[in-house]
Amino acid sequence: MTLFDYETLKFIWLLFIGALFIGFAITGGFDLGVNALLIFIGKKDLERRLILNSIGPTWEGNQVWLITAGGALFAAWPLMYAAAFSSFYLALLLVLIALILRPPGLDYRSKLPSRAWRSTWDFCLFLSGFIPIFLFGVAFGNLLSGLGFHYDDTLHAHFTGGFFSLLNPFSLLTGMISLSLLLLQGALFLQLKTPAPLDTRAAKAARVFGVLFIISFSIGWYWANYKLDGFQVISMPGRNESFSPLLKSVEKAQGFWLHNYQQYSWGYCAPALALVGTVCALLFSALLYPGIALFCNSLAISGVIITTGFTLYPFIMPSSSVPSHSLTIWDAASSQLTLSWMLIATLVLLPIVLAYTVWVYRVMRGKVNEKDFLY
Amino acid sequence: MIDETLVNLSRLQFGLTALYHFLFVPLTLGLAFVMAIMESVYVMTGKIIYKDMTRFWGKLFAINFAMGVATGITLEFQFGTNWAYYAHYVGDIFGVPLAIEGLMAFFLESTLVGLFFFGWDRLSKVQHLAITWLIALGANLSALWILIANAWMQYPVGTHFNYDTMRMELSSLSEVFFNPVAQVKFVHTVAAGYVTGTMFVLGISAYYLLKGRDIAFARRSFAVAAGFGLASVLSVIVLGDASGYTIGEVQKVKLAAIEGTWNTEEPPASFTVVGWPNDETQTTNYAIRIPYVLGIIATRSFDTPILGLKELISNNEKKIRKGIIAYQFLQKLKNGNTSDSVKQQFAAVKDFLGYGLLLKRYTPNVIDATEEQIHQAAENSIPKSWPLFWSFRIMVGAGFLMLFIFAAAFYYNAKRNVQNKRWLLKLALFGIPLPWIASESGWFVAEYGRQPWSIAETLPTFLGVSSISVQEVWISLGSLTLLYTILLVVELYLMFKYAKLGPSTLGTGRYHFEGART
Repeated sequence: MTLFDYETLKFIWLLFIGALFIGFAITGGFDLGVNALLIFIGKKDLERRLILNSIGPTWEGNQVWLITAGGALFAAWPLMYAAAFSSFYLALLLVLIALILRPPGLDYRSKLPSRAWRSTWDFCLFLSGFIPIFLFGVAFGNLLSGLGFHYDDTLHAHFTGGFFSLLNPFSLLTGMISLSLLLLQGALFLQLKTPAPLDTRAAKAARVFGVLFIISFSIGWYWANYKLDGFQVISMPGRNESFSPLLKSVEKAQGFWLHNYQQYSWGYCAPALALVGTVCALLFSALLYPGIALFCNSLAISGVIITTGFTLYPFIMPSSSVPSHSLTIWDAASSQLTLSWMLIATLVLLPIVLAYTVWVYRVMRGKVNEKDFLY
Repeated sequence: MIDETLVNLSRLQFGLTALYHFLFVPLTLGLAFVMAIMESVYVMTGKIIYKDMTRFWGKLFAINFAMGVATGITLEFQFGTNWAYYAHYVGDIFGVPLAIEGLMAFFLESTLVGLFFFGWDRLSKVQHLAITWLIALGANLSALWILIANAWMQYPVGTHFNYDTMRMELSSLSEVFFNPVAQVKFVHTVAAGYVTGTMFVLGISAYYLLKGRDIAFARRSFAVAAGFGLASVLSVIVLGDASGYTIGEVQKVKLAAIEGTWNTEEPPASFTVVGWPNDETQTTNYAIRIPYVLGIIATRSFDTPILGLKELISNNEKKIRKGIIAYQFLQKLKNGNTSDSVKQQFAAVKDFLGYGLLLKRYTPNVIDATEEQIHQAAENSIPKSWPLFWSFRIMVGAGFLMLFIFAAAFYYNAKRNVQNKRWLLKLALFGIPLPWIASESGWFVAEYGRQPWSIAETLPTFLGVSSISVQEVWISLGSLTLLYTILLVVELYLMFKYAKLGPSTLGTGRYHFEGART
């Protein structure tokens, strides 16, 4: 069963994984953003309940983007899944703890009247938004600067560096980028879904995060391209072949991350989309069209993820310690048969998922009110 | 060299987090159908009490569902964080059902579950009913794909080893999908889920009947649970997955270990009701046996023998020797000697490569294994018998106890005098933990019985671990244990509180504690 040649399939899967992560960053993004903003924008208990109920009907579905992206990573890029998850071990443990706190946090918080109970859960909910957003950003930064890992001849991955080496200055900056972008997304969502005075508070917050994003993203762009060591493949077996990551040679040097932009100048559209999207989002938020603002910011989020992918291409996880053992879409992918079946499954199922997701959002459209309370 | 502490801690963490996750999954599976049945009655008859029932059991469903969602992520992450070599070695096949589970099932269930709670006033009756059924369908499809993945670990079909990439790769998705072990497992596990859901509803309804409150509500809930529960518990027992234990070598080992059968028996084998398997002396003491029964249950025939553990071990020793040869040829291939003769010789023995890998625990080079090491690897190629022997019997015992409870509940419900049978109501109430005891023991039998393999005959468990430090696993194990314990206390507190309050929590003004009498 061969729909496409192996090379094309490997490339398509880069696009699909990218799409799943964009799906999560857009939808899971405003949920996580709303969680992180909960205690700042909601002052009274009733306000906090309004905020939580604004994401109530949809957060569970949104989180599945992450689960599915994880599953797709496992199936399509098993080497990347294995290496990334174990080298980010403690960071992912924190993300995991945060994500575990979220469902009971949302569901249990308002089930008891005690103030101590509710404020404890509110703080947990703040963490459950803040930690993943920040650490996902840190992870992206580490992909750009490369992680310390190499393989032995049985393809066991070995890691050098620990949790604190992940928190280097560049990745702290990308953590900031992620925070400002997704808190902006959360704020715009609250502007759209909550009644006064919450929506005006959210709009104010959006302004701050939007400006922060534009500044931090611009610094990040400069840093990655003019300060950081980039990676480049010097030689490797044919892209259509099935081969292990030990068979190529890779070099790293400053400026290599600009290579793709020099070759394909249309790539500059991606960072431009990120910046223009945010500017438009701020504009429409100020003009009190939060729906359009949210749409623009979703484009900005896509722009940021595409920028990262385009910069890294064909790398998906460079190794800073042994660059030749870096993972690329050509040598970290699954077999041709697996990629083909996964392609078919995705082409059939994803449109169905999108259809009922859109339907659910339509049913739940409009601002939340106390009649809708579950949490 | 393999760090045994790292392996043991990683196994402990995976085992505990999986058992914990499995506290919530069966209830989700079963309760979703109970709700769908109740709501169907509401839509067909228009009786508002059935809507209240759907909503009340839905509240308890939500408390449980939140924990199921939260703890499922841990499992998905762990394949990468703690079992990186496993993820690399079999991700090409194992990842596929997990990804499809997300796309086909978990999305459906999770996207619609919000509408179940928030959509009562925004959807028509029939639309809402459709949502409830789709949630139940999504939960079951989710179980289907997870069990396809799990069955593949027990009986890995549709796959081959690729020496270029040093991993197992997919040869046939349909073989993976139609894996006979998966079919048996799916039916057995979801039916066990329905038993959990119905036992939960039966027991809590019995509590209201014992207290003499919300009688109409409780009796109807009791009736739904009794009917659906009796059918489910019969399915679990009749379609028990013992029949899956004759398919595939590791499943045969599991069966023999469950039975404490050390020596191969003439067909049809007898069933050991109780006894004391001794792993040191390789005998089962004080055994009470019923002739023929095991042979009939496990092989569905009178003439298929059931292999004993001693024979399985000596078979494994031969396979380990072939595995050494396979490993030798693999080395040649990796060193660039890819002549046709080497390829052919490798192809002839590559099915035994996994057995060769068992030796990595004793000698990293495999090919220099001593006789003593080969012997040791063979002895350790089966799991310990006594834990399997006992957990299987606990599961079966709990199953038959539930069969009795459901049969009695169904009978007296049909005779319309359940309320007077206080012994039965008490039994139903205190029987609530039974399905959990059965599910957890059943999970243990399936997964511990697979040892020392993570993928049967393909990848030994110890080889799958990530190259992370022992400290890191201590930190994660410690923090997850702490967090999980706190959350379990919180969850149980809320569950008890809301179950005790009963339908008054809906705030309709129609129930006990609300001034009105039903």
